[in-house]
Amino acid sequence: MTTNFILAPILMHMFTAIVLLFFWQKVLIQKIISIVGNSIAFLLCLRLFEMTLSQGYLTLQLGGWQAPFGITFISDTLSAIMVLLTALVSLAVGIYSTASLNVSRIKYGYFFIFHFLIMGLLGAFLTGDIFNMYVWFEVVIISSFILMTVGGKKMQMEGAIKYVTMNMLASVIFLTAIAVLYGITGTLNIADIANKITLVENKGLVTVTSLLFFVGFGIKSAVFPLYFWLPSAYHTPPSAIAAIFGGLLTKMGIYAMLRVFTVIFQPDYFTLTLFSIIAVLTLITGALGTINKRSIRRILSYLIICHIGYLIAGLVLNTELAFVALVFYLIHDVIVKSNVFMISGVILKMRETVDITRLGSLLKDYPKFSFVAALVFFSLIGIPPLSGFWPKILLFQESFKQENYVLLAGLIVASFVTLFVMVRIWSEAFWKISPKPITEEIDHFAPFSLSGKIALIAPIVGLAAVSLIIGLNANSFIKLSEKAAYEMKRPEIYINNVLGSKE
Amino acid sequence: MEKNRNNERLDKTILRTSTNYLLPLLILFSIFLLIRGHYLPGGGFVGGLVASIAFVLHSFAYSPTQTVKMFSIKPFFVIPTGLMLCFFSGMLPALLGYPFMSGVWFADNVVAIGAFGSALIFDIGVYMVVIGVVLTILFTISENT
Amino acid sequence: MELLLVILVGAFYSAGIYMMFRRSMVKLLMGLLLLGNGANILIFLMGGLTKGKAPIIRPENSKFLEVYADPVPQALILTAIVISFALTAFAIVLLKRVYTTTGSDDLDSLNIQDLDI
Repeated sequence: MTTNFILAPILMHMFTAIVLLFFWQKVLIQKIISIVGNSIAFLLCLRLFEMTLSQGYLTLQLGGWQAPFGITFISDTLSAIMVLLTALVSLAVGIYSTASLNVSRIKYGYFFIFHFLIMGLLGAFLTGDIFNMYVWFEVVIISSFILMTVGGKKMQMEGAIKYVTMNMLASVIFLTAIAVLYGITGTLNIADIANKITLVENKGLVTVTSLLFFVGFGIKSAVFPLYFWLPSAYHTPPSAIAAIFGGLLTKMGIYAMLRVFTVIFQPDYFTLTLFSIIAVLTLITGALGTINKRSIRRILSYLIICHIGYLIAGLVLNTELAFVALVFYLIHDVIVKSNVFMISGVILKMRETVDITRLGSLLKDYPKFSFVAALVFFSLIGIPPLSGFWPKILLFQESFKQENYVLLAGLIVASFVTLFVMVRIWSEAFWKISPKPITEEIDHFAPFSLSGKIALIAPIVGLAAVSLIIGLNANSFIKLSEKAAYEMKRPEIYINNVLGSKE
Repeated sequence: MEKNRNNERLDKTILRTSTNYLLPLLILFSIFLLIRGHYLPGGGFVGGLVASIAFVLHSFAYSPTQTVKMFSIKPFFVIPTGLMLCFFSGMLPALLGYPFMSGVWFADNVVAIGAFGSALIFDIGVYMVVIGVVLTILFTISENT
Repeated sequence: MELLLVILVGAFYSAGIYMMFRRSMVKLLMGLLLLGNGANILIFLMGGLTKGKAPIIRPENSKFLEVYADPVPQALILTAIVISFALTAFAIVLLKRVYTTTGSDDLDSLNIQDLDI
């Protein structure tokens, strides 16, 4: 079905960003506009999600130029899920950042850039044109560069230079891949490429191109040999920004990978073996990286890498059931990862540090907050019936069925290390008696006004509630993931919806 | 010292006199580029660059502070205004029931401009954004040095 | 002409990667720029070179009767150039900030934060 509505969430964020520019340096007005814009955009995304589920694929040929000549926007179940998750996280982080960021940051256009970043993410999820996807990626990375570096201290600058270099390199590789793909197929529309690439005789060139895409997206989503920029960058910016980065930016790479490797390229034996090795190494190195760290945010940075391994594992297994697990894990991971980064931000406000050896007594001082944090941590570990449990068990089952025991071992080790690390954070930061007495000066959380406290805690509680609902209501979310997986396994539906069916 | 300053003023006389004539000409030329841009070489981006070069020339001849004085509003606010124009030029066809960003045109030609439609509005938006961005960068640099 | 461009693309990529391996931040940026330009020329090359034809199909020909120049690669390159211009401008400002905060151009001196855990 063709509808302009597919662009509504993107345009809403763009509109909010433009309005924010008119109110440059007016902090209170900016906060209000941002929350209102985020809320409306969330409702629009919800409607888009609901429309996609009830009416099937939504498409739009931009400017009325027919595919494959114009730019196509398409929303299938996977895109709709990603759009809804983005809207949810952006609403939560938007509210959270009104209280958690200092005023000078907001004055220098934080919210403006924030909305541009979300606009870029939504665009990347909805576009059906590979070069357009590159442009949206650039919108996202330029915005993220600015969020990463504005007002930076020495440490943040060191992280930023690695982040900027690696992301620019990833863009160049992505562009190279697009160039080669355009050379061999002569089109940029993803559906049209998928049609024409089957006719290419030089299969080796196709595989090389697919691996170029994998490297480009792999740098962005931090898979094994390409992840080194992430742990040195993600713990440096303020926690609100880290929440967006940790929750959504790496998943954008995964989404692009899924799109490219389900619609355009059908991975062959060689590619799958390579992915399998990369998945296992990502799981293991990410997990090992967490063990000797003391700062909560460094631990979380390595956990992002570790859990990217689960998503790659879903791609490796490459069956419909594996895709169900993958989509479900993606839903779970986006929500929980942003939430743990926000929790680490609140801990930083409460104690001035996130070093677990110097933390303590949080359970005694803030019992209600600790309860919510525990819920989120256990959900990240995947303790039943919380949200992380179901996709993991599906992945285990599927890799066991395919007799990919190395991958199974990797998944289980990563799971155990996640358990170990999260329990360590819990026992050191929350349970243990604080090593030094807590004075009033340390606690920056208590002096907040009531509205400030609500703005900090409400998003965390909200996202925790969502992950609890996902866990308890797993059946309907598995149904949703099944629908997405069904479509991912049948790219011809996607192609027919873009180009018009052949009969 | 005093002599030096006098020399400087003398050096700039030619530049200033020519700028006084060039500024309106360049701006007129930039508008010409903007309007012919849909089918012929030109367009909002190039037009905006030419217009901002005119202002840059003015700031060389006089000083950035005097160039800023020519604007009754801060050049920064030209950016969101231009963005807003681009946004609405895209929304206009969507409101009329066409796909987003389709070209919609008035049936009759407008005097001196020719065909007038959403593409021209978009170009005007780009023109304003380019002027706003270049001037903001220029004046930020001149304030800091 | 094609052969010349192929050699040029290869030279750009290899020089870019070589520059990225240097320890100086400025050379790192140079490397990224060369890579970006290499990618642009690669798009131009892969789009196919057609000499002396306009990217226009006459209205009376409903099919592509004769060879015409493909306008898409040029549009892509233009977009990519504008994007890389923005990225480069940003990266230069960033490098200047890094240089003023750390006082060093040496990338190896930027690993202090990775030592503490």
